[in-house]
Amino acid sequence: MSTTTTQPPAPGPGPGPTRSDLRHGSLPNRFPAALLASCAAVVAGVLLAFGAFGFLLWGLLTAVSYAVIVVTASARVEGGRKATDRLVTALVYGCFVLAMLPLASVLWTVVGNGLARFDGYFLTVSMNGVLPSMDAGGAYHAVVGTLAITGMATLISVPIGVMTAVYLVEYAQGRMKRTIMFFVDVMTGIPSIVAGLFVVALWIMLFGPGRTNGAAGAIALAVLMVPVVVRSSEEMLRLVPQDLREASYALGVPKWRTITKVVLPTSAAGLTTGIMLAIARVIGETAPLILTAGTSAVSINWNLFDGQMMSLPVFIYSQVRMGGAVNYERAWAAALTLILVVMLLFFLARMIGRLFAPKAS
Amino acid sequence: MAKRIDVSGLHVYYGDFLAVEDVSMTIEPRSVTAFIGSSGCGKSTFLRTLNRMHEVTPGARAQGKVLLDDLDIYGPDVDPVMVRSEVGMVFQKANPFPTMSIYDNVIAGARLNNRRMSKSEADDLVEQSLRGANLWEEVKDRLNKPGSGLSGGQQQRLCIARATAVKPSVLLMDEPCSALDPISTLAIEDLIHQLKEDYTIVIVTHNMQQAARVSDRTAFFNLSAPGKPGKLVEMGETNQIFTRPEKKETENYITGRFG
Repeated sequence: MSTTTTQPPAPGPGPGPTRSDLRHGSLPNRFPAALLASCAAVVAGVLLAFGAFGFLLWGLLTAVSYAVIVVTASARVEGGRKATDRLVTALVYGCFVLAMLPLASVLWTVVGNGLARFDGYFLTVSMNGVLPSMDAGGAYHAVVGTLAITGMATLISVPIGVMTAVYLVEYAQGRMKRTIMFFVDVMTGIPSIVAGLFVVALWIMLFGPGRTNGAAGAIALAVLMVPVVVRSSEEMLRLVPQDLREASYALGVPKWRTITKVVLPTSAAGLTTGIMLAIARVIGETAPLILTAGTSAVSINWNLFDGQMMSLPVFIYSQVRMGGAVNYERAWAAALTLILVVMLLFFLARMIGRLFAPKAS
Repeated sequence: MAKRIDVSGLHVYYGDFLAVEDVSMTIEPRSVTAFIGSSGCGKSTFLRTLNRMHEVTPGARAQGKVLLDDLDIYGPDVDPVMVRSEVGMVFQKANPFPTMSIYDNVIAGARLNNRRMSKSEADDLVEQSLRGANLWEEVKDRLNKPGSGLSGGQQQRLCIARATAVKPSVLLMDEPCSALDPISTLAIEDLIHQLKEDYTIVIVTHNMQQAARVSDRTAFFNLSAPGKPGKLVEMGETNQIFTRPEKKETENYITGRFG
């Protein structure tokens, strides 16, 4: 900037705006994209010439050279503030790419490894009568178990969670509110295996040893889900404008009807998303299910109250522990199945959310 | 169906803080009463005590008597929910229910209370209320569209239609035009003129010209001193308040010497 102020006013836009001339120079719109592409090409060429090409090194050097060049060019043509903007833009995009890398890598690996055994057969047969090393069997029983246990956990935790959130937002005051919020936070911090142990202990107390079943798993997951549902629902209910509640009260509508007919419908889309996140949080839980629903079920079991129940995460875990090539294939295919189940649920939630969402103009 | 309101010795508190002190006034039926005064002097707070809406705010309470005709709405066995269906309210910011269509917004008062009505009854009520709010012609072809798609002025008239659809006897308006342009404001003011045939109307406004245009009687509120509770300074015929106010404070305010 100092150069601009000391220079005599040049004809036309110079670097950086001055008080007398409000214009400033600017790089062409396509400059960043073109620069990035040429940086990538040049760095790739140099690396190849030295025989040291690696994707990580290539990406890193491209990013650094791009940042250096774009900032220098911008500082010369556009001035200091614009240069800072370009630098921060480059940093933010860099961080975004960095954050997306693990996600892309996980998806890539799971799909690549999982497709080998992921087919209709895998999804429709159980491991009943299949020896672990045999080239047969599938994960149907685990899908069934996951759906049944998670479904039951959702049925238990959603009413408790949403009603707790309604109580916290609409009714609770003072010490009671603080106490409940504190315990919800404490519950969020419960390690999942402790939730599993708690339910095992409860089942031994109620039904005697060795009687754990799918329902026990569902309860353990519900313990983990409730605080997540409470927290997200609470946020969503707080987002409903006080205006709407008052509009309803002003029509002579009692509080409970205001909550059920105005507040909950208005926040329905957000509530659904929150519940889906809670489901996604517990559907991959392994530890509490190993302790409760068991690791040895091989046949299809829809009955939560009768004996052990396989689930997808536990299926992956037990297959990996067996260690054969075919077991690894099954584990990857089951991992792919689990990801697809979660994505399917998210898709459904979006649909449901759209159905309830406040209608825009 | 319009009712008289008699307020005597009303104090309003937020927790321990006395917000409005010792207000006594009579609000005549089938007329428009305007509350004017500087921001924070408690006129909105006082308005909200007239249908016990202030109770929605945690810690807010009122002491004193508010007689609706002859019934004290702060009496021991009075249900605030019933008070509010008798004393309706229109807010500063138009607040149609975003999940409902224009049609559903108008009959929200009935629907939310699960009152049973036939399709034709509901249609009649919607048309009658929207006509009453001078909105029918503008929205009759899109009754099933969401209310949030209307312009600000139309939304405010929709809210008035919604408030009148429950057939209250008193209508409280808390700065209903403060977010609207002059044309929409004029539409609402015309509407207020028509509505006073059937309702007791109380309107809070920052706009003194508006108070002069629409109201029959005007009440001026002011803080006794900064940090002190608000109080009713003087109340009278709008004409008299704006031309021959009795108190110096009122004169200073309406002539623009402060506030």
